[in-house]
Amino acid sequence: MNVPSQTATFSYAFQASICGGLRTRVAGADALLRLSGALWLEAERALVVADLHLEKGSAYAARGQMLPPYDTRETLGRLNQEVEVLSPSVVVLLGDTFHDRRSEGRLAPDDVERLRKVGLGRTLVWVVGNHDADGPRALPGEVADELELCGLTLRHEPQPGTQPGEVAGHLHPAARVRAAGGSVRRRCFITDAERAILPAFGAYAGGLNVRDKAFSGLFARSPLAAALGRERVHAVGWRSLAGD
Amino acid sequence: MADSAVPAADLLPPQFADWFAKRGWSPRAHQLAMIERAQALRDALLIAPTGGGKTLAGFLPSLIELAERPPANAPRGLHTLYISPLKALAVDVERNLNAPILQMGLPIVAESRTGDTGVSRRQRQRVKPPDILLTTPEQLALLCAWEGARLYFENLRCIVLDEIHTLHASKRGDLLALDIARIQQFAPDLRRVGLSATVDDPEVIKAWMSDHSKGGNASVDLVRGPPGAEPIVDVLLSEGRVPWAGHTAQHAMAEVYETIKTARIALVFVNTRFQAEFAFQELWRLNEDSLPIALHHGSLAAEQRRKVEAAMARGELRAVVCTSTLDLGIDWGDVDLVIQLASPKGASRMVQRIGRANHRLDEPSRAIFVPANRFEMLECQAAREAIAENRLDGDPPRVGALDVLAQHVMGCACSEPFDILKLYDEVRSSGPYRDLLWEDFEQVVDFVSTGGYALKNYDRFRRIVNGPDGLWRVRNLETAQRHRLNVGAIVSPAMLSVRIAMRGGPNGLARGGGRKVGEIEEGMVEMLEPGETFVFAGQVWRLMGVTNLDVLVQPAPASDPKMPSWGGSKFALSTYLALRVRQLMTDQAHWQVLPSDVREWLEAQRDRSLIPGADEMLLETFPRGRRHFMVVYPFEGRLAHTTLAMLLTRRLERLGAGPLGFVCNDYAMAIWALNPLDEVDFAELFDQDMLGDDLESWLADSFMMKRAFKGCAIIAGLIERRFPGDQQKSGRQITFSTDLIYDVLRRHQPDHLLLRCARDDAATGLIDVARLGAMLARIKGRIRHSPLDHLSPFSVPILLEIGKERSPGHAGEAMILREAEEDLIAEALQ
Repeated sequence: MNVPSQTATFSYAFQASICGGLRTRVAGADALLRLSGALWLEAERALVVADLHLEKGSAYAARGQMLPPYDTRETLGRLNQEVEVLSPSVVVLLGDTFHDRRSEGRLAPDDVERLRKVGLGRTLVWVVGNHDADGPRALPGEVADELELCGLTLRHEPQPGTQPGEVAGHLHPAARVRAAGGSVRRRCFITDAERAILPAFGAYAGGLNVRDKAFSGLFARSPLAAALGRERVHAVGWRSLAGD
Repeated sequence: MADSAVPAADLLPPQFADWFAKRGWSPRAHQLAMIERAQALRDALLIAPTGGGKTLAGFLPSLIELAERPPANAPRGLHTLYISPLKALAVDVERNLNAPILQMGLPIVAESRTGDTGVSRRQRQRVKPPDILLTTPEQLALLCAWEGARLYFENLRCIVLDEIHTLHASKRGDLLALDIARIQQFAPDLRRVGLSATVDDPEVIKAWMSDHSKGGNASVDLVRGPPGAEPIVDVLLSEGRVPWAGHTAQHAMAEVYETIKTARIALVFVNTRFQAEFAFQELWRLNEDSLPIALHHGSLAAEQRRKVEAAMARGELRAVVCTSTLDLGIDWGDVDLVIQLASPKGASRMVQRIGRANHRLDEPSRAIFVPANRFEMLECQAAREAIAENRLDGDPPRVGALDVLAQHVMGCACSEPFDILKLYDEVRSSGPYRDLLWEDFEQVVDFVSTGGYALKNYDRFRRIVNGPDGLWRVRNLETAQRHRLNVGAIVSPAMLSVRIAMRGGPNGLARGGGRKVGEIEEGMVEMLEPGETFVFAGQVWRLMGVTNLDVLVQPAPASDPKMPSWGGSKFALSTYLALRVRQLMTDQAHWQVLPSDVREWLEAQRDRSLIPGADEMLLETFPRGRRHFMVVYPFEGRLAHTTLAMLLTRRLERLGAGPLGFVCNDYAMAIWALNPLDEVDFAELFDQDMLGDDLESWLADSFMMKRAFKGCAIIAGLIERRFPGDQQKSGRQITFSTDLIYDVLRRHQPDHLLLRCARDDAATGLIDVARLGAMLARIKGRIRHSPLDHLSPFSVPILLEIGKERSPGHAGEAMILREAEEDLIAEALQ
């Protein structure tokens, strides 16, 4: 990875949380990296999730690959769990919430209900992404290209170069960690304390290895990955990360 | 049975009799018997050792029929279909078959068709089929999925199935059996002819190949070829130097080299690709006479393998180090010696390999076993005796897999509309699916159509639809096309291309891949770090990096390459051979066949611990360091042992024994724990009930289920391997993982068809539950516990494996290991 020589302003801070998550600071703002792959901004009671890719299964089915049709309920079930545990005031869907433009129309009625429940009694913001540039048609919530919160800029696609204060998704970061017994590949957050990129939250959303060139030039120094393990989030240094 | 009641003159037309006479040959009894069976319109299975003129026997009836038919005005379509498990074999048989056709001047066209056949030839073969088509199961499945398959096969008279013994007990065998049932519907007069090497139970093969709507096994006549001369098999004793552990047989390389010098051409068989690389390196190190010694294994580029084969056929080589890639009956020259490095694992496979030496029946084949360690010494002796007594081990019959059936049903719909009841009957006429339940078949059809989910979201996306005429047909042409791209029942592990890195990138880094050296399994590369060296294709390379599907390497100096660790054979010891090993071990009078150091090892074991009876299992417990060890010797193969260890560890955990780790090889398994294990109730610990809930809860979460699921999902068509214009996001690949699908499906529909398939596959192929179950039943009430103060002679090999798995080959590994080995041996013999 090419790391720009620009000096980093913010320093790393990681602390395990009893919920299995990892407390950290992004550009000075307190953030909790949740085991579910969601980001929790306590100051604003904001829950941020990226890349749900709802109805990816049916998008494949329409082309003849009959993937199990349970991805949307799985993803929304996990989101509802987070909402129940944290009772956020704001829920931010950080783009690519739908897998394609016709996904909303394919939602099963009970999944529509699950989505409504997420926004019930709180602010629901749809930050739009490349897969769902227009935002929802019939579902509640506000649509935005980006959002300022806790001094952070929340947008779907990471902007090139170092971007202090940016929280984004889009790249689906995944970490491969190698150990004596073999290697493990997990979805992860990736952050250099200046900016953070969230893992994809969707059940069928794949992961892109953080050593891929798509990530190069984005960080002010070697970033850290926060890999989603079975019971907790593990902080992993750049040198322990392997390519695929 | 083999001898024909009809005189040769009545069976062989003059043209053919002359051809035999001109070459100074006379037709063999089994060849005549095959002609006779054909004239009686009977299906036939020919069992004969390699070199018995088996292939010709299979084709003679067709050649005669074709030679005698009156000239026709219109093209007559395919007459005989030949199926080989290997592409190379199909091409080889094409050459061998065209020799008599040309020499007799017969008006017969025989052509091969494989994945490597050029497009124009393949297209012509569809429009204007040859009389005899030689092909593979995958190509046949593809032909059956084409529109017009019925027309293509309607005049087919005979299907010849070669080397059946290698095919029948596999998913490829399932698919082939289904396709045979299919073309039998198109061509009711079709006769089935099976060719097989010697097997322990021909009825299993008969059941696989016969038409179960027409009498099953009874509809196939068995023809046996002559037994051939007894092979001469020796075990290399390496007196005084048999290693305690290891898989490379490095200690014996000088002897192997000397033996190669005594032969015209020697085949040196090994069990894994890495053993092949290692042996090749070692032999060349010793090769002062510069003998032409070559290397042949499945990871090498196809062109390189073809070169070796051609050089062998021309008699230019003295030895070829090879894996199972040269197992099958391709006749490549004058091989007169077979050397088996490391243990053979099964008597049948070994007989097949030995058959490679001397393709002439009247001369005995010569073979030498080279055991790589002491347990293998026992195993090689047992195998040698089993072969001498002509006792073989066989594959158990299998039940057809439902993922394969799903692929077949889709193929049928792509070829023409089908009636579900008729198709059900057709499928049940094939051996592997003869007991298929209607409910299962219905589920498969539902799966093919909409994925078979409880949640009916996909009804509008059906891949096959039930028309107003009651027939099922493929939804559209595009769906059919995509299915045809993905036909086949071979799921290989992800392979990466090994390419020579070209310099010239920024900072002197590798820029990209140049010439391709071969292919390597993904898992192998994961064990290496960039900068490390490894042996591949007979040379030492430095790993520069891995890009998408390329492993970039550069030549490295030959000194001390790092070899990725590998654990012996991928084949498990056959059940039969395992029994013989246990018998040999128990029978002290028998030990005289063993070299003195191995004998002393057994005696030390007898005196310091104990030698169990042939029907018992030895269980040793002893403290070592701050750990408490339990070592058992079930001899059931690494797979079954690993599963056993996983389950026992869970149980010991519950008993509070604090298990810390385990290690397995083909013969034994060791578990170590924080607390003493002597007081454990072993009868209870090894109770068969561990195969119930314990197994299921462990399995559901294991990577083996995920791996099996991926294989089933690909074969069943849930995941497509090849997709026209597959999407790539701005040039970077997003891994679409079947693990995600597995997790979601398991939570929402745990009884789904594919999860059932995956569980069955994992239980058989990946963890060997059947083997484990039989073992637990066998040892019930027969566990011999030997509580010890320190380790036993038998336990040394398995304990040596611990070190190997813990530090997979960092600098100085060899030294550390050697040190560890000496310590252990001294301790055992105290």
